[in-house]
Amino acid sequence: MARFRKRLVETGPVGRRGFLKGAAAGAAALVATPPEAAEAQERQLASGGSATAATPTQAALNVDVGNGRPIPGINGIALSPGSDYMVDVLKQFDFEYVVANPGTSFAGLHESLINYNNNVKPEFLTACHEESAVSMAHGYAKIEGKPMLVLLHADVGIQHASMAIFNAYADRVPIFMIAGNWGHAVQAHNAQDMALMIRDMIKWDDEPRSLAGFADAAQKAYSIAMMPPMGPTLLVVDEDLQEMTNKEPNLRVPKFKRIQPPSGDLGSVREAAKLLVNAENPVIITGRSARTANGMTLLVELAELLQAPVSGGDRMNFPLTHPLSGTGIPGTQADVTLTLEVNNAPVGRNGGKTINISSTILSVKNNYQDVGDRYTAADIDMAADAEATLPALIEECRKLVTADRKRVFEERGKKLAEAHRETKRKDIELAAIGWDASPVSLNRLYGELWPFIKNEDWSMVSWDGFMGGWPRRLWACDKHYHYIGAQGAGGMGYGAGAAVGAALANKKYGRISINVQTDGDLNYAPAVLWTAAHHKAPLLTIMHNNRAYHQEVMRMQRQATSMNRGADRIHIGTKLWNPEIDYASIAKGYGMYGEGPISDPKDLAAAYKRGIERVKNGEPALIDVVTQPRG
Amino acid sequence: MCRILNFTLALIFGTLIAVAQQPAGDASRGKELYDKKYLCSACHGFSGQNGVGARLVPMKLTQAAFMAYVRHPHDTPTGMPPYTAKVMPDQELADIYAYIKSLPDSAKKAKDIPTLNDILNSQTNHP
Repeated sequence: MARFRKRLVETGPVGRRGFLKGAAAGAAALVATPPEAAEAQERQLASGGSATAATPTQAALNVDVGNGRPIPGINGIALSPGSDYMVDVLKQFDFEYVVANPGTSFAGLHESLINYNNNVKPEFLTACHEESAVSMAHGYAKIEGKPMLVLLHADVGIQHASMAIFNAYADRVPIFMIAGNWGHAVQAHNAQDMALMIRDMIKWDDEPRSLAGFADAAQKAYSIAMMPPMGPTLLVVDEDLQEMTNKEPNLRVPKFKRIQPPSGDLGSVREAAKLLVNAENPVIITGRSARTANGMTLLVELAELLQAPVSGGDRMNFPLTHPLSGTGIPGTQADVTLTLEVNNAPVGRNGGKTINISSTILSVKNNYQDVGDRYTAADIDMAADAEATLPALIEECRKLVTADRKRVFEERGKKLAEAHRETKRKDIELAAIGWDASPVSLNRLYGELWPFIKNEDWSMVSWDGFMGGWPRRLWACDKHYHYIGAQGAGGMGYGAGAAVGAALANKKYGRISINVQTDGDLNYAPAVLWTAAHHKAPLLTIMHNNRAYHQEVMRMQRQATSMNRGADRIHIGTKLWNPEIDYASIAKGYGMYGEGPISDPKDLAAAYKRGIERVKNGEPALIDVVTQPRG
Repeated sequence: MCRILNFTLALIFGTLIAVAQQPAGDASRGKELYDKKYLCSACHGFSGQNGVGARLVPMKLTQAAFMAYVRHPHDTPTGMPPYTAKVMPDQELADIYAYIKSLPDSAKKAKDIPTLNDILNSQTNHP
């Protein structure tokens, strides 16, 4: 059992937080030239810090220096502050990073993380917007399968973060968030129920009133975030609880034990195995079934045992290079469909049977019903985690496979392999269309990059949905980190942040992360490029620069023509031109390598080579490619 | 069957009308219209070959058939919205047609592109 390390802080004149005692006068000096500063200080001392016509009020100065009220403790110095204990509790969760846009409401925790904890596990990441912070945690979790710690500044920080939280909730991604509650100086940064505004899009929240309560709530928050269906959780922590001297007697850090996700009941698993083994054309459809790399390994084992095709999934659940990757033998109908963590799983068509294994129903919120599972009238329906259920299902199937069935499976497998090969051939042939087009086609953008990464350990950390799905059609995607999928709730502004978070997760493995970045998405919070540069994320960002909110260009085209008017005005409010945005300069401005714009596909290879070299040296790089509008 | 017949008749009728009124197109004006004014490129690509819309290059329709199709695309389930003469005058449509006809067909075979040939060989050669 970890023990709370009580620590007395030096009580010298410049001890911990001691500088705040004289900070008000210091602030006046900072904003003035030296002689003026002296005069300002004299005036302030003479007036006892009260308001004059020429100087700000004491309260205003206090706010300016981040001191909303007197610091509690002896001579303004907190002894063994509560936030140190909080860090001891958080250490159990083995957070690699904590990410935040700094905020006074969690200053106590911030200080304990960087000083008491020496900024190690978790390491502090500076975000320039809370939406970026949560998006980074989102991308990180998709690589690591565990949460990043996110700190949010009171209600204003939560509001900034809310879109990213909704994406993570819809995408079933675990994120551990702590928001400070602070109203001493700015009343608007306080709330009686801070979590209310996002309660419909997180799994659980709490506002502990004691340090012992914090330990209990933190363990619960972590466990609930990680329990399938995974999702964000929030603790609201008052600044007093962080900064006051810990006076709770016999305070210990309680032992944390991870809870195992639920697997399907054995009776249902056996029934499912019977159906699958006896099926003539079984198919497997995946959603978010592989929580970990082992989830992919298990699914390969099941698919190979049954010689059943595997399709679906917005992220990697099954190797796309595998001969069983595909929707099935052309011209056949599935007689048994196994759906694994699929939202709104398809019920058997043409009399086929459906087996559904999904954890979604275990955590449902009323207000966003379409994010979760609608009722599925499956023949066998298990409210369980698919990955946790697969070992038992494989075992039960194995018991039932006879020599006769094995021969049938082998014949089926040959046909499936040929179907997979044919689909690949067609995809690669389609990639040749517009190969030499300028601006650059999306098939060329991805295809041209492949030679530079195929012999590296690479990770595709962006969505390919507006890009024709070309990386999954052209690249050899066979590892769980080869593709991390979409936003979850379709909220723009996710891409760049998620890519940086995922790249920081990949960094310790020496992986190259690739982000093909849509221009509209980057412009929500571009300063995350600075975060990437500051924290040396090995990330190659290639702009899919179509100079538009392109989805809306197409939508307006349809809208205007259906109204029989104004088809020549659809650029209004949808295009990003006049002036055209210079993304290479933006990247340089944020302190990273930038190159472009590139419109001629012949220039791509050399630019990619330069970008990859930068990334291999441990820094981010951005290449601005002007593209065809869509893939 | 009835649907196909209706479509065929509409196409023939539309073609006949269009043939009778075909203006000559100007490719340079068509480029401006295709790329900027009507943003045809949004779905068909600046190349006329890349995107979610139908591949336009190489253009195999006659001008009359092309114009009839743009006016009445709902007769076929392609997702193309209809452009009436009020929204896009005949002359502009003719200019766009001339521009599309001028676009080069940059499609090759995958085996003729070393990068794609490499991908083809490595990803389709499993047992």
